[in-house]
Amino acid sequence: MNQSATLTVNEPQPRLVYGRYVVVGLGLVALAVFVGALRHAMIRGAWDAYDTWTVVTAALAAMACALPGVFLVMRRQSMMGDALAHTTLPGIVVAFLIAHALQQAGWISSATYDSWRHAAMFLGALLIGVLSAVLTEWIQKLGRVEASAALGVVFTTLFAIGLLLIRLQADQVHIDPDCVLYGIIETTVMDTVPNTDIPRAAVVNGLVLSANLLLVALFFKELRISAFDPAISTAMGINANVMHYALMAVTAATLVSAFESVGSILVIAMLIAPAATAHLLTDRLHLLIVISLGVAALSAYLGHLMAITLPAIVFTAIGYPEVIDTSTAGMMAVAAGGLFVAAALFGPRYGVISKALDQARLASSIIAEDILGLLYRLEEESGAAALATDQLTAMIGRATWPTYFALRGLVASGDMAVRGSVYELSAAGRERAKRLVRAHRLWESYMAKHFELPDDHLHESAARVEHFLGAELREELAAELDDTAEDPHGREIPPEQG
Amino acid sequence: MNSIPAWFGFVLVVVAVWFGQLETVTAAPRHDAPASRSLSRDRLEWPSWDDVSRTLLLRDYNTRIVAIGTTLLGVAAGTVGVFMLLRKRSLLGDVVSHSTLPGIAIAFIVMEMIEPGRGKWLPGLLIGALIAGLAGIVCTKLILRYTRIKEDAALAIVLSVFFGAGMSLFKAVQYIPSGSQAGLNHFILGKAASMVSADVWIIAEVSIVIVAITALLFKEFSLLSFDEKFAASQGWPIFRLDLLLMLLVAGVTVIGLQSVGLLLVVAMLITPAAAARFWTDRLGLTTLVAALLGGGGAFCGVLISAMYPRLAAGPVIVLTGVVFFLVSMFFGVRRGIVVRLATHRQLKAAVGRQHILRALFEFLEPQCDPNLPTSPQLVNHIVSASDLRPMRSWTLKRLRHLLRAAERSDFITAVRDGGYRLTVRGAELAHRVVRNHRLWELYLIEYADIAPSHVDRDADDIEHILAADVVESLERLLSQRYPHMTVPPSPHVIDATSELTTRQSAS
Repeated sequence: MNQSATLTVNEPQPRLVYGRYVVVGLGLVALAVFVGALRHAMIRGAWDAYDTWTVVTAALAAMACALPGVFLVMRRQSMMGDALAHTTLPGIVVAFLIAHALQQAGWISSATYDSWRHAAMFLGALLIGVLSAVLTEWIQKLGRVEASAALGVVFTTLFAIGLLLIRLQADQVHIDPDCVLYGIIETTVMDTVPNTDIPRAAVVNGLVLSANLLLVALFFKELRISAFDPAISTAMGINANVMHYALMAVTAATLVSAFESVGSILVIAMLIAPAATAHLLTDRLHLLIVISLGVAALSAYLGHLMAITLPAIVFTAIGYPEVIDTSTAGMMAVAAGGLFVAAALFGPRYGVISKALDQARLASSIIAEDILGLLYRLEEESGAAALATDQLTAMIGRATWPTYFALRGLVASGDMAVRGSVYELSAAGRERAKRLVRAHRLWESYMAKHFELPDDHLHESAARVEHFLGAELREELAAELDDTAEDPHGREIPPEQG
Repeated sequence: MNSIPAWFGFVLVVVAVWFGQLETVTAAPRHDAPASRSLSRDRLEWPSWDDVSRTLLLRDYNTRIVAIGTTLLGVAAGTVGVFMLLRKRSLLGDVVSHSTLPGIAIAFIVMEMIEPGRGKWLPGLLIGALIAGLAGIVCTKLILRYTRIKEDAALAIVLSVFFGAGMSLFKAVQYIPSGSQAGLNHFILGKAASMVSADVWIIAEVSIVIVAITALLFKEFSLLSFDEKFAASQGWPIFRLDLLLMLLVAGVTVIGLQSVGLLLVVAMLITPAAAARFWTDRLGLTTLVAALLGGGGAFCGVLISAMYPRLAAGPVIVLTGVVFFLVSMFFGVRRGIVVRLATHRQLKAAVGRQHILRALFEFLEPQCDPNLPTSPQLVNHIVSASDLRPMRSWTLKRLRHLLRAAERSDFITAVRDGGYRLTVRGAELAHRVVRNHRLWELYLIEYADIAPSHVDRDADDIEHILAADVVESLERLLSQRYPHMTVPPSPHVIDATSELTTRQSAS
C-alpha cells in the first residue's frame, strides 16, 4: 500500500506530507494533555528534589539500556536481550559471593566493599553475557535445536541456577531477590554520594551511559554494518561473531547497572521498547539512536509521574482510597509501552493513522478519477454530459460518502464545474480525464497485444492500472504500440496533448 | 491407527470427569503445607534416610499431592510444547506467562470488590491470568499485523510492558486494607509447597483436558505445525486451530504459575519438547517422549525439592528438566550427539578403508594380466607403504594408520619387511570399491559433462555412499560400453600428483 502510494504519479500530492505532520502534532498534543492532567492531579503536593532525582536516575538507566537495545532490535535479537536480563542473575549472585568471600578473608576492607562489589558485578555480567550467547550457539549447533528454543533452554536454566543460589546463600550474603528482580528505585535514590544529594545509582548509570555512548561513537561504522549485513561486514574484515559477543557482553554489563534502578525484568522494556518506538518513527540509524534516547528519558519521567498519580485516581474511583502510589519501575515499562503504542498510531510514515489516511486519500483519488473517466466517456458518446450526485453515485458503484467527498475535492481543485444541481467537466478536468482514458486504452491495447486475453477481460485490469500510469509510462506504452490510435474495442485513444 | 489418539483422548476426558466427581463426593482431607517444618531447617544438609524413604514412597500427603499436580502439569506442558517448538514459537510461552501478571492482580481486585477478603480464590485468579495471557498474544499479533516491528521485538515489548503493568498493580494492591493479598507474589517465582489438594485438582483436571484435546486434535495440530499453508488450502480452520493451540499454551502456563512460577514456566514448555526431538523423528512418538520427559522431570524435581526443603521447587523442576535435556542431547538415539559422532566415525573409517583398498588395487592393476580377471591375481603381490604413498595425497602417518586398520579387519595381511598382501576378502572388496568409483566416474563424464581430469575428486565424494541399486542402474546404463569387463578402466591417469593439482584447482 505504501508502494501504491508512491505509484500515484498521475498527480503530485503535497497534502499527503502535511497530513502526516498534522497526525504527529495530534499525537504530541494528546501526550502533552495527558502529562498536564497528571501533573494537575498530583496529590503528593509539589514535585520535590526526591522526585527529580528518581527521574534522573531512572532516565540515565533507561538511556544506558536503550543504546545496546537499538542494535539488538536492528539485529532482530530482542529476545536475546530478554534472555540476558534473566541470565545476569546468577552472574550477580556469584559476584556478590566472591566479593563477600574476599571481604571475609580480609582482602578487601568494608569501606571499599561496595566498589569491589560493583566491579565484580560488571565482570560477572560481561562473562555471563558471553557465556549465554556461547551456550545458546553451542546447543543450537551441536544439538541442532531451533534457535529460539535453544535460547529458551539456556536462559531458564541460568535463571533457575541464580534463584537457587540466592535461596542457598541468603544467610551469607544479603541479596534481596525482590530488589534484584523488580528494582526498588524508591530506596536506591536514598543512597546518595556522601555530602551531596546525588544518588549513587545516578552516578553509576551515568557512567555506564557515557561508556555506551563512547562505544557507539567509536564503533558506529562496525556496529551498523554488522547489524545490517553480517556477510558484508565479515568480508570487510569486521568479524560479525566478535561484534555479536561484544554486543552481548556490553548489553549484560549495562543491564547489571540498571538492575538496581529498574530491576532485572523491567530492563527488557527499557532495552527494547525505546528502540522499537524509534524504529516506528525513522529509518536513519543516527536519528534512531537519538530518538530512542529521548523516548527512554521520556518514559522515565512519564513512568514516575504515572506512578505517583495514576493509582490514586484509579483506585479511589473503585473504592480503595488507601492506594496512593505504585512502583516507578513498573510504571516506566507501562509508559514505554504507551509511547510505543502512541508511535504506532501517530507515527508520520509508518503510523496506523497516517497509513489509513494515505489509503483513504488514495481511494478517494481513485474514485475522483473514475468520475472524470465516466464523464469523459459520456461526453465521447453523446457530446455533452452533466450528472446529478445520485446518478453519479449509482454509475460509479461506490458508497455514497466517499463519492460525495471525491466530488467535493474535484470541484475544489477546479476539475469539475457545478451547474445548478448537476456536475460537468471543466476544461482542466477534461484534460485530466483524457490522460486517464488514454492510460486505460493504452493498457488495454498493450494487454491485447502481449497476452492472449479475450476482449472482455481487458477492461478490469485496465481499470485498476489506469490510475498508476504516469506520463512516462504512457509514452513508453504508446511507443511500444507504434502510436496506435485505437484500442482493441475500436475506440479512439485520446492524444496526450490537445 | 488414527483412532488411537482419539480413544486415548476420550478415556482421558472420562477420567477427568471422574476426578471431578470424586472430589465432590469424598471431599479429600485438605492439609495445608507444613510450612513450619521447612522454615526451621535453614541449612542445606544431607536428608536423613527417613526423609528420603518418606519422600520416595510418597508417604507425605503434601509431597504426594504436589507430585501428582506438577507431574500432570509436566505431561501437559511437554505435549503442547512439541507443537510450539515445531511452529518455532517456543518463546511465545514466555510472553504468555509474563502477561498473566496483570490479570492475576486485576482478578484479585475485582474479587475483593465483590467480596472483601475472598480475593485469593484460586479459580478466579487463574481465569484472570488466562485472559491476560491471551491478551498478551493478541497484542503481539496486533503489533505484527499493524506495525513494521519484527516478531522478536514485538514479543519483548509485550512481555515487558505487561509484566511492568502487573508489577505496578501488585504494588498498588499492597495498600488494599483487606490483608489477604499476602502470598500473591508466589505466582512470580512459584511455591509448590503451598499447594493444597483443591489446587492440585484444578491442575490435574486442566492438564488432562489439555492432553485430551491435543490427542483428539493430534492430526489437525500436526498439519498446522508442518504445513500451515497446505492445511489452509485444504480447508482446515487454521485460524481457529491456531487460537486453540494458543489457548492450550495459556492453559499450561496458568496452571504452572503456582508450582513453577511465571518466570520459569516457559521452561516446562520448551525443554521437554526440545529434548524429545533427540529421541525420534516421528511426531507421535516425539509427543509421547516429550510428555514422559516433562512429567518425569517435574516428578523428580518435586521429590528432590521435598528432600531439601531449602530448595524451591520451581528452579529444581527446571534444572531436572535441563538434566533430562542434556542426557537426551548427548545420548538420544535418533539425533543425539554420541550417535551422530559414532555414525560420523563409522563413515570416516569406511571411507579410509575404501581409499586404502582402492590404492592397493590401482597400484597392482598394471602388474596383472589384463586378459584374466583382476581380483584373483591381486593376492599374489606384495605391496609396501612407500609404494602406496604416491597413490593419494596422504601423510605417511595416516597411511600407516589405515594399513593397520585394514589389517585388523582382515583385508590385508602383513608379510616380512613392512610389506602387505591383500587377502581374498580384501581383494573382493577392493574390486567392488574400484568398480563403484569408476562407474561413477563414467557416469559423470557421460551424463554430467564433467571433464575426465576432474571426475576423480567428484567420484571420491560420492563413491562411498553409492547404494547397491544405484550401482546396478549405473551398470545397466554403461553395460553397452564395456560389455565384458567387471572393472572398467580408469578414464584418467592414476597419479597422486594429478589428483593434487585437481584438488588445488578446484579449491
